[in-house]
Amino acid sequence: MIDKIVRSMADALDGIKDGSVVLLGGFGAVGQPDWLLDGLIELGAKDLTVVANNAGTGRVGLARLMDLGRVRRIVCSFPRSAGSVVFEELYKAGKLELEIVPQGTLAERMRAAGAGVGAFFTPTSVGTKLAAGKEVREIGGKLQVLEYALHGDVALVEAWQADRWGNLTYNKSGRNFNAVMATAAKLTVVQAHHIVPLGTLDPEAIVTPGIFVNRVIEAPKPGEAA
Amino acid sequence: MSTWNRTEMAARLAADIPEGWYVNLGIGMPTTVADHVPLEREVIFHSENGVLGMGPVPEKGQEDPWLINAGKQVVTLRPGGSYVHQADSFAIIRGEHLDLCVLGAFEVAENGDVANWATSENDTAPAVGGAMDLAAGAKRLWVMMEHTTKDGRSKLVHRCGYPLTAIGAVKRVYTNLAVLDVMESGFSVVEMAPGVTRDALQAATDAALSFPN
Repeated sequence: MIDKIVRSMADALDGIKDGSVVLLGGFGAVGQPDWLLDGLIELGAKDLTVVANNAGTGRVGLARLMDLGRVRRIVCSFPRSAGSVVFEELYKAGKLELEIVPQGTLAERMRAAGAGVGAFFTPTSVGTKLAAGKEVREIGGKLQVLEYALHGDVALVEAWQADRWGNLTYNKSGRNFNAVMATAAKLTVVQAHHIVPLGTLDPEAIVTPGIFVNRVIEAPKPGEAA
Repeated sequence: MSTWNRTEMAARLAADIPEGWYVNLGIGMPTTVADHVPLEREVIFHSENGVLGMGPVPEKGQEDPWLINAGKQVVTLRPGGSYVHQADSFAIIRGEHLDLCVLGAFEVAENGDVANWATSENDTAPAVGGAMDLAAGAKRLWVMMEHTTKDGRSKLVHRCGYPLTAIGAVKRVYTNLAVLDVMESGFSVVEMAPGVTRDALQAATDAALSFPN
């Protein structure tokens, strides 16, 4: 019997090593797997590269992981936002490498990784400093920039419902980067709000089929101790 | 000289969006354009975090924290709306499926170049978000911004001084003083706010203006 449901955080995050590339779902706080992130902080892995749309706010979650010096490099589209104090401190102090990627290029680089596509050309960023040093070709009458696939060692994903095969649904705009990141890593770990019996998810409504998922852990309900 | 206030600017821009268009509104001032498109004129608003068919701001007590726009404000979904993931959302943007994107900007040049994501080469913490994808990918890019900076410098320029978001992308600019098309020959004035004269508009603008009407 296939059962991807794990019962402990240790089992969920087993094998995440120092130096890993971690794909972290979410758009701001929505769809960010906060509980897995707390587990990663607890685990202590360091020298990480984190790929996420934003660079955390306050001093919790991703900001705390960075504050503890575990993140060497961050790849994101929009690091600066209200409350991104830890990012700004570390970046100014030269303690954090930053790769800024246009948001669509970021998503597409992970889609490419998940689909076995090594690289692609896109008009986004042509003529800007984010295209500096990159190959540019005219394709179909348009200048386009070469961008490479972005693979993760691990993807941390937040889903709404999951079954034991790892089939997933999401909640509204919480889908965001989660569904594409789930395809792009060697190890995809999911925190789900609801674990449901196999066969109850509508096959037409499953967004991420279980083939992309390795482990699922049920997130604590609001107000419940983790 | 009387100028359009921000509400009037948003209403003026909204009047130019026909039924049936798929539209992405940038963070800040452009977001308010949606308030001036009546629901019965079916314009479908897209948000890059995967929402297609955004509706009005939720009523008090009806906010859903799982449903936000690109500015991370809570929004609603109208009947017929749908959710997609980030890569599909940007396929909508980059695959030239959007009829219109409206962005704010620091500068627009007479050749259509736009600068809206960083104010200097040494910006302490640059952040581009989806701006470059939207500027390069939408069928048409309109910019909505004040005509001048707070200290009175023109934001419509001969060539951009700030880091570019995209080259040759802007088709139309809506400011507090005027509506201007970006043509091969440069900025062409479509309409001026009431009481704005040609001389006053040119005096407030670094780039040369033409007045076809």
